[in-house]
Amino acid sequence: MTLSTSQLEQIQVHIEKYLNVPGALLPLMHSIQDDLGFVPEESYKPISKAYNLSVAEIHGFVTFYHHFRTHLPGKNILQICRAESCQAMGSENIENYCQEKLGIDYHQTTKDNSITLEPVYCLGNCACSPAIMINEDVVGRVTPEKIDQIIKEARES
Amino acid sequence: MSYKIFIPRDSSSISLGADKVYQEILNEAKKRNIDINIVRNGSRGLFWLEPMIEVETSKGRVAYGPVSISDITSLFEIEFFLGNTHPLCLGITEDIKWLKNQERLTYARVGITDPISIDDYERLDGFKGLKNSLKLTQENIVKEIADSGLRGRGGAAFPTGIKWKTVLDAPSEKKYIVCNADEGDSGTFSDRMIMENDPFVLIEGMIIAGLAVGADQGYIYLRSEYPHALKILNEAIAKALEKNYLGENILGSDFSFNLEVTRAAGAYICGEETSLLESLEGKRGMVRYKPPLPAIEGLYGKPTVVNNVISLATVPIIMDKGASFYADYGMGRSKGTLPIQLAGNLKQTGLIEKAFGISLRELLYDFGGGSATGKPIKAVQVGGPLGSFLPEEQFDTPLDYEKFSEIKAVVGHGGIVAFDDTVDMSKMARYSFEFCAIESCGKCTPCRIGSTRGMEVIDKIKEGVDQEKNVSLLRDLGDTMVNGSLCAMGGMTPFPVLSALNYFPGDFGLEKTET
Repeated sequence: MTLSTSQLEQIQVHIEKYLNVPGALLPLMHSIQDDLGFVPEESYKPISKAYNLSVAEIHGFVTFYHHFRTHLPGKNILQICRAESCQAMGSENIENYCQEKLGIDYHQTTKDNSITLEPVYCLGNCACSPAIMINEDVVGRVTPEKIDQIIKEARES
Repeated sequence: MSYKIFIPRDSSSISLGADKVYQEILNEAKKRNIDINIVRNGSRGLFWLEPMIEVETSKGRVAYGPVSISDITSLFEIEFFLGNTHPLCLGITEDIKWLKNQERLTYARVGITDPISIDDYERLDGFKGLKNSLKLTQENIVKEIADSGLRGRGGAAFPTGIKWKTVLDAPSEKKYIVCNADEGDSGTFSDRMIMENDPFVLIEGMIIAGLAVGADQGYIYLRSEYPHALKILNEAIAKALEKNYLGENILGSDFSFNLEVTRAAGAYICGEETSLLESLEGKRGMVRYKPPLPAIEGLYGKPTVVNNVISLATVPIIMDKGASFYADYGMGRSKGTLPIQLAGNLKQTGLIEKAFGISLRELLYDFGGGSATGKPIKAVQVGGPLGSFLPEEQFDTPLDYEKFSEIKAVVGHGGIVAFDDTVDMSKMARYSFEFCAIESCGKCTPCRIGSTRGMEVIDKIKEGVDQEKNVSLLRDLGDTMVNGSLCAMGGMTPFPVLSALNYFPGDFGLEKTET
């Protein structure tokens, strides 16, 4: 996809903001993703120029971290915890239920663009397993009924 | 008169509906014209009872839980704000057995107050440790921490005092304090509970660490999965700055210290200290070779203390009450207390701070109440995804770094995940390799390739292909990973795998195996 001029300008603002910050790449990428919803590959070149790094280094950085994505996700991000504590409380059923209900696999987005499904390895809500996170809200002791409600709200949002 | 009600605001309680309960109580009180004063406190860590609300009475705080929106009308009808009885009433909070049987030192304030009220923090002995430290020499602060016996609570259990001494003795104009808040182990949430429920204790611990070793800059490397903790930490740091607990010339001394939170980006490996430092420097989180130790050449090549949240959050009480007060708790070389997190398939999950020495059985049955599903507990995993699976015959092992090491297990960060008898341990073993393959930084071969090969070998064993040969291959692979990996990611993944194989061969379609 091609970025709009205003998106490119936004990226430039972020780039300049962290120029003198030590360890700038982490806060820089967060700030681009918070703003645009993803870190577009088109941003690599201006970043590499401003920070005197190669495009390969930027690409290597972005793709190393699970949190950063290089494509625009759906309007809502549904993360399902796959770690041991949630497994012990039946998270596999929740995974299957979500995938079936949404008709997508992990790292995919529903056709109506409302939900992107992602796995996550521990939300730190292990005393309330199984857990999921919808955008920035954690939901504990998830049941298929709760999932129905979350999906419904996400589709209406 | 106004009635005081406490409704928790930590992310776990919110994940169970605490915000909705709060809103509904506000609405109902307004409707009934009752004057209430709600404090959004932290969670006490009794998560099967959350959202647990409390009311202040002349006899002490009375608790009700777990409260759902549908209970609110009936609570108001019996005038719960006076502490009256109700089917959800749990009695005086402090008398709840689960809480009463703990030794809360690091967590002394957790769940009691509004986490970002610096006045409450001061009122409940906050910053006493810092004030004492400001009167001591650097050597004496480090000595106090060393004498307390405190060991790294992140998992490696390295003596904190020795680490601090190394950084103190390293000659450098610039030094750093880095808090490892990349709590990625499944079954653990004690760091999150400190950061969300008593952030000032971590801040105070970091200031003392800076004072002790001569560092003027601190970073909290916080996992991105904790957005709620991020907000609370930033609010708390702003308040500490306002009151000059942070910033220039702290409390009129000549010591200055600045602190900021850096958001991580979802890589489990960045909980490994050298990988964390690479990430903080704005690079891929690739593990570094050791030596040099971070204490000598850490962040940007400068001497750096990298400590876990709990280690740092335990510093204030040691500096307040003294090394021997803390060292009196615990057993053997495991001094003090450990925040234990009960998770997975248990009836009563939550946080228990206890002196070292308690057995798994006491934790699982006396505190945990057995499995949530009512089925027998088949296995527990202690210490996160790199910790061994333990069967019932090991449940009498006391929680102690050395005792666990004797049975090839780790205490780690104190997380305990229980599984009932429906679990297929070969599946868990395969998952350990899968997790390692997903999260490996890729720098060393045993971890990068061994993890994928391991999955394939387990598949073959389960399919019944050359079982004897493949079991021996799996052990050989484990040996290579343990001895040939750069860090604990590859070096410890064989722990859960081989413990599953040794204790539960039947799940792999084997009769028995040589250990």
